Amino acid sequence: MAASGCRGVRSILWKYGSYGKNLFVSRSKMVPQLPLRQIYVASSLWKKNLAAAGPQKFTQEFIDKQVEEFEVGKRHLANMMGEDPETFTQEDIDRSIAYLFPSGLFEKRARPVMKHPEEIFPKQTAIQWDAEGRPFHFLFYTGKQSYYSLLHDVYEKILAIERHQDKMRNKGLFTSDTKQILLTGSRWLLKEEIEENLVENISVQDYMRLIQLMELLLSMPYCSLEEEFILKFRKQLEVQSSKYEIPALQYDPQGVAFSVADGRRKSAKASITLRDSGSGNITINGRNYLHYFPVLQNREQLMFPLLFVGMMGRFDIEGSVEGSGHSAQAGALRLAISRALLSFVSEGEVEKMRQAGLLTADPRIRERKKPGQEGARKKFTWKKR
Amino acid sequence: MAAGVLSGVRQVLRGPRLVSAVLSCHGQTFSSAAAPDTGETVRDKILNFPITQPDYFHLSELFTIKDLFEARVHLGHKKGCRHRLMEPYLFGSRLDVDIIDLEQTAEHLQQALNFTAHVAYRGGIILFVSRRRQFGHLIETTARECGEYAHTRYWKGGLLTNAPIQYSPGVRLPDLVIFFSTLNNVFQQHVGIRDAAKMNIPTVGIVDSNCNPSLIPYPVPGNDDTPVAMEMYCRLFKMTINRAKDKRRQMELLRGISASV
Repeated sequence: MAASGCRGVRSILWKYGSYGKNLFVSRSKMVPQLPLRQIYVASSLWKKNLAAAGPQKFTQEFIDKQVEEFEVGKRHLANMMGEDPETFTQEDIDRSIAYLFPSGLFEKRARPVMKHPEEIFPKQTAIQWDAEGRPFHFLFYTGKQSYYSLLHDVYEKILAIERHQDKMRNKGLFTSDTKQILLTGSRWLLKEEIEENLVENISVQDYMRLIQLMELLLSMPYCSLEEEFILKFRKQLEVQSSKYEIPALQYDPQGVAFSVADGRRKSAKASITLRDSGSGNITINGRNYLHYFPVLQNREQLMFPLLFVGMMGRFDIEGSVEGSGHSAQAGALRLAISRALLSFVSEGEVEKMRQAGLLTADPRIRERKKPGQEGARKKFTWKKR
Repeated sequence: MAAGVLSGVRQVLRGPRLVSAVLSCHGQTFSSAAAPDTGETVRDKILNFPITQPDYFHLSELFTIKDLFEARVHLGHKKGCRHRLMEPYLFGSRLDVDIIDLEQTAEHLQQALNFTAHVAYRGGIILFVSRRRQFGHLIETTARECGEYAHTRYWKGGLLTNAPIQYSPGVRLPDLVIFFSTLNNVFQQHVGIRDAAKMNIPTVGIVDSNCNPSLIPYPVPGNDDTPVAMEMYCRLFKMTINRAKDKRRQMELLRGISASV
């Protein structure tokens, strides 16, 4: 009913359409999605559409105001805490907010936070065209302007390198053994990271195409000309072994070196003191390890780190352990010994120990029992009928 | 045939701004309250005058039939690939290869370039489209150098027909779409031709002997496979657009108007 009425009014307006700009205003409100070219006649209409729809949820002025308020608020907070407003860093802000607004919420992201607006408001694209409606970017009408312009640039570089190769060939200076770009220890940026850089969504196929093009660029002999550009798309991997915290080497009043470390497995907690220039005695909870661990497997677990680094008879081990069962206690002790050994061992050995799995805490815990089943996995007897 | 129907269209003013200018003109004559605005009439002159001339931008000096021949524009596809509607534009076939009539091509190209120049003169948005991977980079570079726009990638469904959703509300659509090759990668007609026709956007298209010229207002029968031919087309369109824009800037400086219509 309403629809037909609407259509009727629409047809009347269409007939009188040439009579002025005012009539277009009401028409566009009713049928904004009709793709008729006449709608774009009046420039006042464009502005009206923009304001109503709001492609940008936060305008640039709004964000600037927020930044100003943040800076002022930071100074107030510094004064409140009695600190110097000039040297008030983000960690100080976090500390002060945690102190002034203590929150017992488990979800860290739900707690009160005071950060720079850049980190809070999501990055978004501004209006893509100028006052006349002409888009700024020459690939705007493709829909994915940043991604396609990136592909365009990469292809441009490939062509430039080919031209350089031809020039070298003409001069007779062409060689295949030119400076190669070092790629070890880095990986290609992930799709999410590239999406973040481009502020655009790309599909998996797009991402694969981009990586393909970069590999093509890398396969050319003179790719070192564009080394800087390529490295922008590679992320350095941190050396895994440098992440470990090596316990400090301490010294006895007698001058004997020792180190202390902890380890955990299931609910067993262990603490180990490793003394240098010993004779391989192992004492756990005040008892000899032969008494404490009658089972061979547990004693082997204790031996393994020392056997691996080849320092079997060198150390005296003094350990305390509590909780869980005998196997878990042995595992906790093994981890503690490995960690304590880190301070006596070289860098290469640390990496080897990491790869052997000595430094990884075993994450396995007891799986919970589920309702409707006997245990974690065992089901009740299945009856056909 | 297409040319005959649309030579009238060529005379009709396509730019949205002229319509508003004409409307405002009428408004002026009917209402006595508004003072005569000399700015309006000067702008009208700038916009109206070029249309009264047949070859205002002297585009006939940009190319000759000999240039087209040397760029191998006359070479079509094989006789078996011929499209029925392209037969008026062909001489016939020689050694199984279709030969395109360069005199007709020259005429059509002249009209297409003239139309492009007028659109560029009036500040219209021009979109270059092609789905040939060989020439995608060349066309994008040409578009960038002219200050216009290009789309040589996969054509998503509603780019023209569903523009407010695909881009943002209030986006301005292209005023002219130039197809450097009307077929897509699977030898079917490019979706953009149909979409532009739906949205009343005029189209210029380089139609080879296996293409369908029916929905294109300004077809230009010619070769779309040879690099020499494509480079020539890119060069011609770039020169036309630059010429038209320079002329417009010149006219505005002459009449002393800083803001464009």
